[in-house]
Amino acid sequence: MSFPRFAGVRFPRVRRPWRLAAEAAALLTAVVVAFPLYWMVLSAVKPAGEVQSEHPRPWTSEPSLDAFRRVFGQQDFARYFLNSLLVAGTVVVVSAVVAFLAATAVTRFRFRFRTTLLVMFLVAQMVPVEALTIPLFFLLRDAGQTVPGIGLNTLGSLILPHIAFSLPFAIWMLRGFVRAVPEALEEAAYLDGASRARFLWQILFPLVFPGLVATSVFSFISTWNDFLFAKSFIVSATENSTLPMALLVFFKDEGNDWGGIMAASTVMTVPVLVFFVLVQRRLVSGLGGAVKD
Amino acid sequence: MRTRGKAVRTRAGAAAARPRSRWTPWLYLAPALVLIGGLLVYPVYELGLISFLEYTQAQVSGGRPTSFQGFGNYAALFGDAQFREVLVTTVVFAAACVLSTLAVGCALAVLLTRVRALPRLALMAAALGAWATPAVTGSTVWLFLFDPDFGPVDKALAWLGLSGFEGYAWTYDRYSAFALVLLEVVWCSFPFVMVTVYAGIRAIPREVLEAAALDGASQWRVWRGVMAPMLRPILVVVTIQSVIWDFKVFTQIYVMTNGGGVAGQNLTLNVYAYQKAFASSQYSLGSAIGVVMLLILLAVTLGYLRLLRRQGEEI
Repeated sequence: MSFPRFAGVRFPRVRRPWRLAAEAAALLTAVVVAFPLYWMVLSAVKPAGEVQSEHPRPWTSEPSLDAFRRVFGQQDFARYFLNSLLVAGTVVVVSAVVAFLAATAVTRFRFRFRTTLLVMFLVAQMVPVEALTIPLFFLLRDAGQTVPGIGLNTLGSLILPHIAFSLPFAIWMLRGFVRAVPEALEEAAYLDGASRARFLWQILFPLVFPGLVATSVFSFISTWNDFLFAKSFIVSATENSTLPMALLVFFKDEGNDWGGIMAASTVMTVPVLVFFVLVQRRLVSGLGGAVKD
Repeated sequence: MRTRGKAVRTRAGAAAARPRSRWTPWLYLAPALVLIGGLLVYPVYELGLISFLEYTQAQVSGGRPTSFQGFGNYAALFGDAQFREVLVTTVVFAAACVLSTLAVGCALAVLLTRVRALPRLALMAAALGAWATPAVTGSTVWLFLFDPDFGPVDKALAWLGLSGFEGYAWTYDRYSAFALVLLEVVWCSFPFVMVTVYAGIRAIPREVLEAAALDGASQWRVWRGVMAPMLRPILVVVTIQSVIWDFKVFTQIYVMTNGGGVAGQNLTLNVYAYQKAFASSQYSLGSAIGVVMLLILLAVTLGYLRLLRRQGEEI
């Protein structure tokens, strides 16, 4: 066989030309994959004339923050940003705590309907959120009549559904992390006279925390990125809109303000990137754990 | 540890001391079940209910009473040529997305195992960046890249000597618009496949591969006989996840083709349901489309569960 041996992959004896070709391919792919993000940031800092130019250049000689000024000068943009942060933050914290409790229940206890519940959590993950927009719309409208904080046009109407939708996956993924904490530790804690609550919050919770962080990325991202709920549930109270809505303002019939769109896109992407970089190591191991189960 | 505390207890004593209540797990589950029940299970029930009613703007505003339609909405849907076309389009588009994503993700995962640390780090970092990009911003950026007037892609293609790409408007033609959306979807979803499969390959014990190599197995035999079987559970997971995600693509279509393309040529089920419900106030038709989607995805998930069970995995 003339091609390189698969098994040689992790051995030092990969044939040199093949490895160089592979590395060139990897670097080229990295450039292609990163290019859209590079172009986004580049277009955000280009002066307006250069963005809307017939001859786009992959660099700029005079970077400017004009586009960002336009974005933040846009009415309420800062407010949209804070709304997005508030919604995503609340969802992450609440769903982490609720999922932690549920994951503990399904891994540390044996009870009737346990398997049924687990299958339900799995099935719930595939429910198309988009299809549920219609009933949720009416549900939130009616709920708003009795509990004003969660009706249409409020931030609560975005927070509550996102918590519910992020829970099944979070529980499913956290199981591996909770299971990894040895039973002996639990026994020892009770021997020392710890109560169940004390074990739960002072011993188990800190140990599972890395897993919680990995899981949170998913609830954070799905909430932060949400476009549909924000579009459907915030009907008229624009002061409660979130970032994706603010982004679409720059699309205009008479010609899109690409500089503004790219600057707003950058502002919206950066928090997720930061979150990702912070947790990426745990994320990979967390996925490994979730897959292994 | 046992000597500390109030008393030296025996092991049996410890087990007895462990506060075991029949209701404790349900107590822990309660918040999750309330939230999921109220905001996921109940809406699914309501979705089904609305799909059997006549529910339009008149009923919403209370102008006319709701009336039971039986399978009337479904009959109307399947009698509608546009719906049938959108259904087929959605399946074909999702299949194309899944296959492309898996092919790119797996190929790059294998590539990652054969390079040294620096190129690996570069590719991983780029992939994480694409993964982290929100669907809305990913869509706007790709739209800008392919913009006929100001985008670099058309210019680069024309510069390469490909005629017909000078000022080519990708979103006007049905197929090139779908191709553009597909590129964006693959770009933002291959990293999940790549990272997961890469982790799976790394988890294969070295000795197994060494033994196969010593036995003189060809690269293809090693892949077929050793790696593929060991990676199968992971491949099943990423395939199912991809099917579920790509079948539900909404934001990309909505943003890139401006709500479903010229004359609805780029509609998929999700966007179609949304347009029916919120643009033309035909909530019951929109719900019926939602139910059809739900049933298709349910079939996929049940197939997945059967596969898991056949592999003898305990949940």
